[in-house]
Amino acid sequence: MIGLTNIEKRFGDNLVLKGVTVSIDEGSVTALVGPSGGGKSTLLRCINLLEIPTSGTLRIGDETLEFRPGAKVPAADIQRVRLQTGMVFQNFQLFPHRTAIENVMEGLVTVLKWPQARARERAMALLEKVGMAHKADAWPATLSGGQQQRVAIARALAPSPRVLLCDEPTSALDPELAQEVVDVLGQLAREGTTMVMATHDLRLASKIAQEVVFLDAGSIVEKGPASIVFDNPERERTKRFIASLRQEEARKEGGGGGSGTISS
Amino acid sequence: MPHWLQLMLESLPTLLWAALIFTVPLTLLSFALGLMAGLVTALIRLFGPKPLVALVRFYVWIFRGTPLLVQLFLIFYGLPSVGILLDAFPAALIGFTLNIGAYTSEIIRAVIGSVPKGQWEASYSIGMTWSQAMRRTILPQAGRVAVPPLSNTFISLVKDTSLAAAITVPEMFQAAQRIVATTYEPLILYVEAAALYLAMSSVLSALQARLEVRLNRYGGFLEANA
Repeated sequence: MIGLTNIEKRFGDNLVLKGVTVSIDEGSVTALVGPSGGGKSTLLRCINLLEIPTSGTLRIGDETLEFRPGAKVPAADIQRVRLQTGMVFQNFQLFPHRTAIENVMEGLVTVLKWPQARARERAMALLEKVGMAHKADAWPATLSGGQQQRVAIARALAPSPRVLLCDEPTSALDPELAQEVVDVLGQLAREGTTMVMATHDLRLASKIAQEVVFLDAGSIVEKGPASIVFDNPERERTKRFIASLRQEEARKEGGGGGSGTISS
Repeated sequence: MPHWLQLMLESLPTLLWAALIFTVPLTLLSFALGLMAGLVTALIRLFGPKPLVALVRFYVWIFRGTPLLVQLFLIFYGLPSVGILLDAFPAALIGFTLNIGAYTSEIIRAVIGSVPKGQWEASYSIGMTWSQAMRRTILPQAGRVAVPPLSNTFISLVKDTSLAAAITVPEMFQAAQRIVATTYEPLILYVEAAALYLAMSSVLSALQARLEVRLNRYGGFLEANA
């Protein structure tokens, strides 16, 4: 289980997260939704400590970290948290100087010190899972965005993290390419992978998330089961936001094949 | 055989020998050491504590801002006044190394900064430490971008080693000067020396081109900020 308690994040004078408390069950998929600048990306990045919370508590597995303003977090603690999380980025961020399979092997070989052969075997199995085994030896620059993102998912899963964090995994992709990524994430969800995703993509969120957290201006406006938040939200703010997403969705589908990117 | 050709052929072994035992080692050694100095000082400037950063900036300022010839003179002729006596070759080696270090420091600082921030984050996200990310992800990508500017510096260095003649290092240009002193044929000998420097730079340019092809095989940065 992952628990975030009273997480505050301050960038200079700007309070981006105002005491957010969320708990994420093992095997569940949680979507963080909300307008741009609402804090969903920052919250996600506070889970693997790419951003260090200003204050609050992070619990992940049997690791509990307390944050206090000005207190430095030991590198070893950060490391232990990161080994329990995997992250998928909006812009894929594959290592361009490594082939697809080398990207997936990198964490196993460099961080976990696995022997090459064993790492290659696991990497191949993961590429198989995301439907990219046939491109194992391709350079990332030769792959489509959807293919790159699928390799990135395999890379994030390689060290068997407790949770897969996805930061707008489909927003840099055209609708058709987004679909192949949605399919892969959906399959992982069915297999019981714990996931937290920040997303604008209603199709992605409504298809695979059980829990939805609606964040606006650094606070949680509403949270609950996806069916309720999406179809029958309590708060006016949530209603308006969901309606605007649906409109966006309809416009995109009507437009046919245009860019699926909504800037974050 | 015309006189000029005969003179060139006769002097060629002497010049080549001087190149082999002074010009080439001086170039290779000072480039290798200068590159290390450049890497260390660039890392300090990017990630080091403030006082050290100030020190490095001061070093780069001095060695980029004063003539190489003056630096060599200071080291070889100036330092003995404060009790530091160096032989000509080590004096030249120190001078070139410090000079190359200052220039490559700026190049390395720039190319490390050119690798997208997302590459650090991707490395951290799979559990890498700072030094693993640096070694495995950042430097290989920065290195590729660094090849053209570093090759520039390297090629300049080959030619600049001729300045070591002025502090009595018997490298190739000084060997040519000595032959001129006995034959009184400056045009022929200096054209010959120039041609030999040109040949060495050409070899380096060709190597640079091959290295770039090799390093570009993966197709460069992705649309990382798309």
